[in-house]
Amino acid sequence: MEAYKKLQLARKSGRPTGLDFIQHITTDFFEMHGDRRFGDDPAIVAGIGRLCGRPVTVIAQEKGHTMKERGFRNFGSANPEGYRKALRQMKLAEKFGRPVLCFVDTAGAYCGMGAEERGQGEAIAENLCEMMTLQVPIISVFIGEGGSGGALGLAVANEVWMLENAVYSVISPEGCASILWKDSSKVREASDSLHMRPEDLFQLGIIERILPESDQEALWQTLPIQLDQKFTELLKMSGQELSEARYQRFRKIGVYGE
Amino acid sequence: MLRRANFKPSRNKLENIGSATAGSGISEQPQIPDRLCVKCPGCGKMVFTKDVKQNERVCPECGYHFKMPARERILSVCDENTFTEWDPFLISRDFLQFPGYAVKLKSSRLNSRENEAVISGYGKVEGSPCALFAMDSRFMMGSMGSVVGEKITRVFEHATEHRLPVVGFTLSGGARMQEGTVSLMQMAKTSGAVKRHSDAGLLYITVLTNPTTGGVTASFAMEGDILLAEPKALIGFAGPRVIEQTIRQKLPKGFQSAEFLLEKGFLDGIVVRQEMRKVLSQLLKLHEKGAD
Repeated sequence: MEAYKKLQLARKSGRPTGLDFIQHITTDFFEMHGDRRFGDDPAIVAGIGRLCGRPVTVIAQEKGHTMKERGFRNFGSANPEGYRKALRQMKLAEKFGRPVLCFVDTAGAYCGMGAEERGQGEAIAENLCEMMTLQVPIISVFIGEGGSGGALGLAVANEVWMLENAVYSVISPEGCASILWKDSSKVREASDSLHMRPEDLFQLGIIERILPESDQEALWQTLPIQLDQKFTELLKMSGQELSEARYQRFRKIGVYGE
Repeated sequence: MLRRANFKPSRNKLENIGSATAGSGISEQPQIPDRLCVKCPGCGKMVFTKDVKQNERVCPECGYHFKMPARERILSVCDENTFTEWDPFLISRDFLQFPGYAVKLKSSRLNSRENEAVISGYGKVEGSPCALFAMDSRFMMGSMGSVVGEKITRVFEHATEHRLPVVGFTLSGGARMQEGTVSLMQMAKTSGAVKRHSDAGLLYITVLTNPTTGGVTASFAMEGDILLAEPKALIGFAGPRVIEQTIRQKLPKGFQSAEFLLEKGFLDGIVVRQEMRKVLSQLLKLHEKGAD
């Protein structure tokens, strides 16, 4: 399927959001709020729950379904306090030896004045550093849009999986078209050029698994089992080994001549 | 050596060329042109190019800091004949066959007479050994693709291995969109190397120069132990134009300037270019073993 169609599917309203995934694949979920620094960012939902019986920390970007919800969730675009809330939960996971499961679904980190004043760049940068050495397993699942640094701030993981109609891009195709060609209507061409589809990213070694999603019920059934198996496998490694594996996972990405 | 992931690039139809970077929408601004005089963007006065260049590219009238080429930047803080460049021959590949990228790379190489947007190596600052890197606006607005990511990562890996502090001058419009998600991954890769260097108890000083935005701000630029900036440097995650489009209003004057970031608590200090070498030397020496 062409990239532009995939982008439209990834953004389609009615698509399951982060909270839907939490509700369908975890039990006993308890949401925890706030970054202990500034406030609570509703664009990111975080807490603890059970995955196939095992306690896990779950962090999800949430876009909301209705217009009212979407406004409240800022359409899933987090402010710095959202990334700091996520990091706080990851540190708690590390303390208690729980695996971390992230659901990514964002057009990007929020580009507002408050976000800049409170250090959007610094907040994401800190997550990248801290996630790299976290001593527990991290899996990130892209369930819709994976927009740039805002997505990566929850995706420095041991494995990154994508739903078949999710996308992961360095910039929105609209932004790309407007910067490169001064013409935001060239979104179709930009989507193609950016190689944002799961199949492109799998071939580039950026993701490990593509999850079929045509049968929603089957996904709810199989996803927790797949995640549980992967966590079981990863938990055989020491904290140091997990961090090393994560470092090497990203270390090898890059194409250049020498 | 050519490293290449195993995939087939798709065919693109467009041939147009544009500027380089993702997210910020910062476009390339003129360097000091090779003319007798230049109009200073700071005070609007006509100043002699020669006078500006002799003054470390700072306007003698108002102190406006013009952009400085990466190599000149490194040489301006290093002791004479102490700089050894690392990885000068890493070059970018147009591995996604992104419209216009190959041409853009070629013209950037010609323009800057450099192989890529970052220069790195070993040098001494008033006798203090350190690893250094500096980014160059003339090479696709200092955007970060595979080569920039790899060179920055290697700086921190070498520095960790040889127990050296790192001094980095950042300047970037962000991630290089012509390398797609691979360029985004460079943010994680560089951050991992910075973290390891930090965990080894080593010092990293960042000097944020005009402009530092996008994926570079959201990775190694903001990860220094000490964050310095040049006066009036534009520093942010999103570029001003993107923010104005998002919030549909004009930004106040000075928003995202170095002075603004200092006030908000995101910088340790603002240092004028003429003082840079002295300040770096002072900070490096304060962290040297046996400094007491």
